Amino acid sequence: MLDLTYDAPKPKTIAGAKHDWELVIGMEVHAQVSSKAKLFSGASTQFGAEPNSNVAFVDAAMPGMLPVINEFCVEQAVRTGLGLKAQINLVSAFDRKNYFYPDLPQGYQISQLYHPIVGEGEVLVEMGEGVARRVRIERIHIEQDAGKSIHDMDPNMSFVDLNRTGVALMEIVSRPDIRGPEEAAAYLTKLRQIMLYLGTCDGNMQNGNMRADVNVSICRPGDYEKYQETQDFSHLGTRCEIKNMNSMRFIQQAIEVEARRQIAIVEAGGEVVQETRLYDPDKGETRSMRSKEEAHDYRYFPDPDLLPLEIEQAWVDEIAANLPELPDEKKARFIKDFGLTDYDASVLTAEVEAAAYFENVAAGRDGKMAANWVINELFGRLKKEDHDITESPVSPAQLGGIIDLIAKGDISGKIAKDLFEIVYTEGGDPAEIVEEKGMKQVTDTGAIEAAVDQVIADNPAQVEKAKQNPKLAGWFVGQVMKATGGKANPKAVNEIVAAKLGL
Amino acid sequence: MSIDQNTAAKVAKLARIKVEEDALPALAQEFNTILGFIEQLGEVDVEGVEPMVSVTPMRLKRREDVVTDGDQQEKILSNAPDAREGFFAVPKVVE
Repeated sequence: MLDLTYDAPKPKTIAGAKHDWELVIGMEVHAQVSSKAKLFSGASTQFGAEPNSNVAFVDAAMPGMLPVINEFCVEQAVRTGLGLKAQINLVSAFDRKNYFYPDLPQGYQISQLYHPIVGEGEVLVEMGEGVARRVRIERIHIEQDAGKSIHDMDPNMSFVDLNRTGVALMEIVSRPDIRGPEEAAAYLTKLRQIMLYLGTCDGNMQNGNMRADVNVSICRPGDYEKYQETQDFSHLGTRCEIKNMNSMRFIQQAIEVEARRQIAIVEAGGEVVQETRLYDPDKGETRSMRSKEEAHDYRYFPDPDLLPLEIEQAWVDEIAANLPELPDEKKARFIKDFGLTDYDASVLTAEVEAAAYFENVAAGRDGKMAANWVINELFGRLKKEDHDITESPVSPAQLGGIIDLIAKGDISGKIAKDLFEIVYTEGGDPAEIVEEKGMKQVTDTGAIEAAVDQVIADNPAQVEKAKQNPKLAGWFVGQVMKATGGKANPKAVNEIVAAKLGL
Repeated sequence: MSIDQNTAAKVAKLARIKVEEDALPALAQEFNTILGFIEQLGEVDVEGVEPMVSVTPMRLKRREDVVTDGDQQEKILSNAPDAREGFFAVPKVVE
């Protein structure tokens, strides 16, 4: 593997009325485990079903029902941990987090406070070429999701749907290593990318597959470095937690707004109170969730319904052995094996399907050329119609065929674009289309010479001018290309024009 | 550790159990009796002893990732005091 070294990005600085301030951000990302059934019941996890139809009696907390863990959900959490290069704990345990809310029928959430299944790991968050933040992962634990409350269907009532109740979540907790709104978004994007590669989370933010609680505090420049040296939190400001956000844009806005609120308080001589806040995107402000304060006394205790979760090292090793190639490794390999730029490799590895597509196109061909065609032509065209790479009407074999025709000199780059459009809209084998439609580049010098002679004969005045000003040769080349319907080999035309004009 | 009336009231509130003001002293006393017993257990030296989680050696039972349950909206809602259009209907809880 190519060793890529990175510099740390500069932290975001916000100028207050008196001083400059830096941001310190830690995130708790709730990622829904991609599984068919729920964490402790056999009910389906499918999104968008009829309300309360994906509910087992366990999920509805009927008396006497006992949870039985879905082993695949455990496997997914382990896989995610391995993907984040994290410590896997062979013994973990479940605890009850007690609180009352209508969408939580048990009156507690089964979670892992004291003994999480995954320990410390790390995520590399790139912030441009050669610049990356290393965000340490503190832990990942498995827990149940709550149901969904709908507040706008009736003026006096809230409606509760328990379909999501009991679906497995992974809570991925970072250390306070994120230093700005853009880094927070990039971190979330990277987590999402890794989990999509691993197949452990669908990453659909609109459907709430990934939600984030963001802890924000402020400090004076230099204080964060003191914290890093000592791991002593007293060097950092008091943090506030902004709850439950599922939009990259709102997360960035909320962080900025919250940081400015804290700066204003501190500069006015006040103190930030540690609390839970909610971001209101309409008003562009965060506000205290006072009602949550008392509920914060969760009275955790070990869940007596569940034995500790013991897994075997051999099982973990097997999962590790079958891990797919991850984004960082794939990117490094693309740069090394295909000679791609850092930027192109990032674009091509953003989604695992796109990376696979590119590799199929690039196999046995020029990697840079393949990258150009996939990124500029294919991605551009797909984007126009809001299509995904998986919906591409052009297969890797077809795109490869077009590239082969260019490489052989059968078609020019310009004709290739026309050919691509035909293949995209009508399908078909590129080589056959070129034959049928007579798109082949004319490399027969005799034919080109004849065309050049004709243009020279028709334009004696231009010939005189060109002799004074050799730059005008380009005009002749254009005329010849026009006359041959763009099929003449441009290189051959250039040479012949120059020779005939005596330049 | 001693539980006073205020703590007893707080615990009752967190557990959503209604306790009348005049019942609080007795409740606090009961808590203290229970905690007193627990404190006695604390006298046992368990240094280096793994916590026992089960009387018999058992492994946490697992299930496969297969949908085997659900599709019983009517049964799920049958105990609800109020249900509308497939949802539980509860007093408004929005902040």
